[in-house]
Amino acid sequence: MQQLLEQLVNGLAVGSIYALIALGYTMVYGVLRLINFAHGDLFTYGAYLGLTLLGSFALQDRLGPVAGLAVLAVMVMGLVALLGALLERAAYRPLRGSPRLSAVVSALGASIFLQNALMLIYGARYQVYPDVLPQTAVEVLGLHIPVVRLAVLGVSVAMMALLFLFVQKTRVGTAVRAAAIDQDAARLMGIDVEKVVLLVFVIGPALGGAAGLLVGLYYGQISFTMGWVYGMKAFTAAILGGIGNIPGAMVGGLLLGVVEALGSAYLSHSWKDGIAFFVLILVLIVRPSGLLGERVAEKV
Amino acid sequence: MSRRLAIGYGVAAALLAASPLALDAYWLDVLNNVALYVLLALSLNVILGDAGLFNMGQAAFYAVGAYTAAILSTRLQLPVLWALPVAGLVAAVFAALVARPVVHLRGDYLLIVTIGVGEIVRIVLVNDPWGLTGGANGIFGIARPSLFGLRIRRPQEFLYLLWGFVALTVFLFHRLEQSRFGRALVFLREDAVAAEGSGIATARYRLYAFALGAGWAGMAGALYAAKMTIISPESFSFWESVLVFLMVILGGSGSIPGVIVGAALVVVLPELFRGLASARLLVFGLLMMVMMVVRPQGILPVRARRFRERRAAAAAAAATPAGGPGGRA
Repeated sequence: MQQLLEQLVNGLAVGSIYALIALGYTMVYGVLRLINFAHGDLFTYGAYLGLTLLGSFALQDRLGPVAGLAVLAVMVMGLVALLGALLERAAYRPLRGSPRLSAVVSALGASIFLQNALMLIYGARYQVYPDVLPQTAVEVLGLHIPVVRLAVLGVSVAMMALLFLFVQKTRVGTAVRAAAIDQDAARLMGIDVEKVVLLVFVIGPALGGAAGLLVGLYYGQISFTMGWVYGMKAFTAAILGGIGNIPGAMVGGLLLGVVEALGSAYLSHSWKDGIAFFVLILVLIVRPSGLLGERVAEKV
Repeated sequence: MSRRLAIGYGVAAALLAASPLALDAYWLDVLNNVALYVLLALSLNVILGDAGLFNMGQAAFYAVGAYTAAILSTRLQLPVLWALPVAGLVAAVFAALVARPVVHLRGDYLLIVTIGVGEIVRIVLVNDPWGLTGGANGIFGIARPSLFGLRIRRPQEFLYLLWGFVALTVFLFHRLEQSRFGRALVFLREDAVAAEGSGIATARYRLYAFALGAGWAGMAGALYAAKMTIISPESFSFWESVLVFLMVILGGSGSIPGVIVGAALVVVLPELFRGLASARLLVFGLLMMVMMVVRPQGILPVRARRFRERRAAAAAAAATPAGGPGGRA
């Protein structure tokens, strides 16, 4: 029972990271009907930028641990958001209106390019984060839960809540939702869809970059290829929740994290990375629209 | 087949046949790798180019073929060339089972599913089910192939075996393109709704194309196992699938000579710039992005199907000035 609950918390923490990344996939998909394959790599850039900034500014020494990390997170998110906007300009905007395959290939090309650029800059070896977070744990109802895990969960959920409020309650958020429902109609209503696209390519990567930073701080070890495993899992989460659907990505991410944690604890650890793919294929076969989403199968 | 194309094939065949005279063992081995990738790229071309199914998991079927041949060769002492058709069949059946529930998915979802299948196959191989696949170490001690009593072990001998199989493949796939099946696939790729309306069982044709392409990749896998005598899961990673996908797109998806050129470029160019080996994939990534903007139809794109009646073709060309299925307006 205790192990079950601990794995549950563990799964929720990892799942909240998946959810943060999944939001980027789902928002881009919602507006452009495009799978941004390079999104996982933007997440990796978040982790590496976080490492570099952590080393070069020593913010947590000057501002204290909490404020230092908050400033660091803002810097990382800003830089990755900039990268996301550049990516949209370079890889996707020239292909607006061309066949789906062209955009898919360009996205893959962007992913390969970003990943290898990172490898050439930092080298192919693992990079190790310094220990900046306290290694203490709290006892809750007899459970032994590391503070870091709770912090990851808390920060992710807070960011998701902010995004949800932004999309549901503000004028700009309404424009994003309108563009996702019907681009042409949105354009007729005076919404600048290109601006919405740009916004989506800023918010998604910012959240993905934050997730990268969290992974670095949480696991302490990052590699230039990790974006693709996390990306695939986050994408699975997005599909699971129903792609294009923002609350769906959150639910899907948390659910996938829990399923994976329980699966690797009770079935077999060596199959851990396979679980997400099984879930992905299963969802696409049984309910391709996801838990809360639109229809994706063609009726041909 | 047009006359220029036939001449091109003839020249290529003559150059390849004469290459052992001019090249050392290293470059002959590069040529053998080109042959394997040409086979893979042609097999993917049936799925991606002809049927228009986004398959990014070709390495999975390659792996299934290679492991089938390796297991048959090491456990049952079956000569590896006898295992070739079995490997193809196993890969084709596996592909059909996998594809059956997902071929109807929209393009990019199919892409994701096939990536997932590729990863699952790799994870299964690493986890060594029933002690068959040898886990992360793989299988070693696969017997060399022999043909008409001649044992094939040196690179120049493999050159003839592999390129001979490529020649057979090119011939068969050109025939396939002209067949009812091939025409149905082209129709289906250009307009699935119209194809369905004209009585083409789209789901079944897609499945057949998928199984055929996967089966051919399986045979390429068996040849790979025979050439290497040792195989391990890391040879069938996601990047293999990406490279093969890139070959098809780069060369001109749907076009057999284009795909061959694409495969040759992707294998040979990095060999020429060995000093930049670490930046190889960086360049490929950039190439994919630039290519999609500048020339999305590939280096040697498919031409619109020509008809024997010249006058009918001329009239059709006059009526529709479009560039044909290559997508160029």
